[in-house]
Amino acid sequence: MTNHWIDLKNADVILAMGGNPASNHPISMKWIMRAREKGAKLICVDPRFSQTAAKADLYAPLRSGTDIAFLGGMINYILANDLYFKDYVIHYTNASFLVNPEYRGPADLDGLFSGYNEKKRNYDKTTWLFQKDENGLALKDPTLQDPNCVFQLLKKHYVRYTPEKVSAITGTPLDKLLEVYKLYGSTGKPDRVGTECYAMGWTQHTVGTQNIRAMTIIQQLLGNMGMAGGGINALRGEANVQGSTDYGLLFHILPGYNPTPNASLVDLATYNEKNTPTTKEPQSVNWWGNRPKYIASYLKALYGDTATKENDFGYSWLPKIDVGQNASWLMIFDNMLKGQFDGFFAWGQNPACSGANSNKTRQALTKLKWMVNVNLFDNETGSFWRGPDMNPKEIQTEVFMLPCASSVEKEGSISNSGRWAQWRYKAVEPVGESLPDAEIMNELYFKVKEMYKKEGGAYPDPIVNLTWNYGERDAAGKLKHVDIHAVAKEINGYFLEDVYDTKVEPPKLIGKKGDLVTSFPSLQADGTTSSGNWLYCNSYILKDGKEVNMMARRGKKDPTGLGLFPEWTWSWPVNRRIIYNRASVDLDGQPWDPKRPLLKFNATKLDAKTGKPGVWEGDVVDGGGGPAGSPTGKLPFIMKPDGIASIFGPGLAEGPFPEHYEALECPLEVNSMSKQRVNPTIKIFGDKMDAAFSCDARYPFVCSTYRVSEHWQTGCMTRHCSWLLEMQPQNFVEMSVELAKELGMTNGETVFVESGRGKVKAVVLVSERFKPFKIENTTVHQVGVPWHFGWQFPEDGSGYDSANLLTPNVGDANTMIPESKAFMVNVRKA
Amino acid sequence: MGVSRRDFLKLSGGTVLVASLGVNLDPAKAYAKDLRIKNAKVTTTVCPYCSVGCGILVYAENGKVIQVEGDPEHPINEGTLCSKGSSLVQMAVNDTRLRKPMYREPGGTAWKEVEWDWALDRIARLVKDSRDKSFKTISKAKVKEKQPDGTEIEVEKEFVVNRTDAIAHVGSAALDNEECYLLQKLVRSWGLVYIEHQARI
Repeated sequence: MTNHWIDLKNADVILAMGGNPASNHPISMKWIMRAREKGAKLICVDPRFSQTAAKADLYAPLRSGTDIAFLGGMINYILANDLYFKDYVIHYTNASFLVNPEYRGPADLDGLFSGYNEKKRNYDKTTWLFQKDENGLALKDPTLQDPNCVFQLLKKHYVRYTPEKVSAITGTPLDKLLEVYKLYGSTGKPDRVGTECYAMGWTQHTVGTQNIRAMTIIQQLLGNMGMAGGGINALRGEANVQGSTDYGLLFHILPGYNPTPNASLVDLATYNEKNTPTTKEPQSVNWWGNRPKYIASYLKALYGDTATKENDFGYSWLPKIDVGQNASWLMIFDNMLKGQFDGFFAWGQNPACSGANSNKTRQALTKLKWMVNVNLFDNETGSFWRGPDMNPKEIQTEVFMLPCASSVEKEGSISNSGRWAQWRYKAVEPVGESLPDAEIMNELYFKVKEMYKKEGGAYPDPIVNLTWNYGERDAAGKLKHVDIHAVAKEINGYFLEDVYDTKVEPPKLIGKKGDLVTSFPSLQADGTTSSGNWLYCNSYILKDGKEVNMMARRGKKDPTGLGLFPEWTWSWPVNRRIIYNRASVDLDGQPWDPKRPLLKFNATKLDAKTGKPGVWEGDVVDGGGGPAGSPTGKLPFIMKPDGIASIFGPGLAEGPFPEHYEALECPLEVNSMSKQRVNPTIKIFGDKMDAAFSCDARYPFVCSTYRVSEHWQTGCMTRHCSWLLEMQPQNFVEMSVELAKELGMTNGETVFVESGRGKVKAVVLVSERFKPFKIENTTVHQVGVPWHFGWQFPEDGSGYDSANLLTPNVGDANTMIPESKAFMVNVRKA
Repeated sequence: MGVSRRDFLKLSGGTVLVASLGVNLDPAKAYAKDLRIKNAKVTTTVCPYCSVGCGILVYAENGKVIQVEGDPEHPINEGTLCSKGSSLVQMAVNDTRLRKPMYREPGGTAWKEVEWDWALDRIARLVKDSRDKSFKTISKAKVKEKQPDGTEIEVEKEFVVNRTDAIAHVGSAALDNEECYLLQKLVRSWGLVYIEHQARI
């Protein structure tokens, strides 16, 4: 989330699209309803009349996989009716930038952008670049009239998305469509704010990233980014999926969103040169210009004293991916099925039910020599060898299932969707012999390291040089237990030497050797500081000589009245509660909306540190410097090299503007926007287990997976809770009254749902919540299946199995997140 | 614990109904609750299910969780919880929780209980063997190289990669931040690059 949960109360219009907060984030509705009590309107756009729709002021249905058409139509409506926030658009976005005149878009090239390579299924993006002046700055036309400026290109691109065309693609009734556009478009006024809540309903598509980008364009046009009550809010699905992403448990990033080094980045200097953006824009903060400080401090945290300037701080000890290598989820199981992996850890995760195309995942597991599954409960992954259609005697995988402690049996922090890192305490000892996960890691660290010390082996350096100083050691030098506070402090970081600010004369001491670093502007690139994750620097600080765990704070002050609660736990970065908050003020630093002053520049008040006049009041300001209109002023989008937000986004795989393409499996022969039916840049997997079927009479219905309030993810942590299982005991397939009639099915009947990849049993749930769609003058039915069930528990099989047996093996072109929200199925009598 | 479904429904929403009827049962409920948690130790936690981050009070007695309820001081949930958060006690105190490390041998048809030390030694051995056997110091890759005349050509070069492609890891958004940090530190020290978790799916 750019904003946070409580901030939903500050919105005038809340758009729930691509998510169902009432079911899946129930307590968030407290803040949505509080906004409504003050007169805000809730819009719900969803294929199904969801629980959120039931509380909405306005509901509009759409067929799964057509969000870009819907949002593209909204962009067209905003432009055509002059609803955009002009000052914001001119000063804080790249609307005025001039693009290479060679650039061509789908309006010219029938669905493609210029530079497409059909063989490689990718783009040469040269023609998507901006025109630059002799100083390297983008050429601009602040009047927004130049035919090559972003604003005019945007118009040309989206004028094709007429309400009639959109309605024919999405199946949304025309009047509902226009009502949504009008209501959401009303937030383009400086004193009206709109926010958006999405979840997997937007990410789990072959165009997932572009779904979200389409909304960011709308939020920029309406001036809603950086505002209290605004922003784009990813409602994340797991308690700490924000944190686990921040900590780089993904193939492409290290902690703090530093890219994983690849083979061609042969040393630290090359890594920094390639990954550190530069800018000629004098008003840009260009925060990623600090990358070298963050990576050096990370390496110092990993390798301690053995990381020296001479050995590049141990950079070569980090494993490198090949240039362009994709080691993401779908690739892991694709390669596993081909026999690439000896060993596999499924740690706190149940991939046999959670990833797309579960039959493929489960078959892939049989190819492993060994597998380690760490969990609270037995599950479909640990027990894959005894699952449906498996012959244990033929499966040669050695499997370990290790019991771990639950969240109330250990201590540590987790980060919620609003980026609040909150400390949890230990209430009781772990049950039985189960161990906190950190203790299991500790054991494996020492056991593997000891083997390398004793026996030698392949390149032991990264293993023997890794620091692990988290508490008291036994006689053998092994940590008796992991002191989680010591880990949290290593993450925050230390001054490893006395560090001085050499920009002032005489040099001023910033930090003393051995002290915790106060916040990330103090981190250094020369090895004199450490920080395991720069984003969390400032989470455990030294205050008045005492070490303070900021994540454990429980202060209830709310000075702005906006619900920022700056003394409750801690929010990254540096306790900022709303990111890009500088976009909430005008060029003089005064709030666009005086009713909701998130930030305000007080030009006369003296700064306590510098003694000079000029202080930001309110939230922790994004970046330093004065208001954008002042000589020392800074632009608001500090993570972008040019300092402003990107309406034109040349970085993504499939184009600088989102374009509607159909899902890989869809009910239409033709994409009525262009002759490109599906995203031209997605990876097509070729195995027979990856089969996809569009417009195939065998699989006539659109299907989407979803969740219910009583269960969570694959159900591993909820199916074992009798209260929850009693309320939602088994898999179901929800369908409209019309479809049930057509198929001769009744409520409660057990049926099979089948796709080209698998089938699953389900109980029929006939409901008014689904209605047949009218798409291009034909009737299209959509059904839905929750994905919380699995064969392993309840042990009698009464819950049936996972909906992911049905989902296709295809990912978004940028992220490789599987397309589980739009695919084709059949429903037949059991 | 002996909470019936009827009691549970009260906890998770039924009380609202009673209040709307104008009947105040708070004193009676407060008395009942007082008996239940009189000697319990209370700690705060944050819900392990979705990412709203609701605060929860955990009451424990004799080393066992006996009651959970929404933390009334928490600014996000203000004491309220959803169906899952209200059921947290059943996740913690549950007969089907794993209590011992389990092992299944190649071709085996059943789990057997094993000792921690044996399991961890064996896993460490497998990690080392797989890593040693597969460790890749050098990888060849085609890269674009600038020529003296300013043109670029594609050349194949050797690069240091120091990794293993024989072990993969997934997980986990269910871990604490500090554990996530330790875990990425550990598996990257072994040379893994196939590292993924829930955020990708």
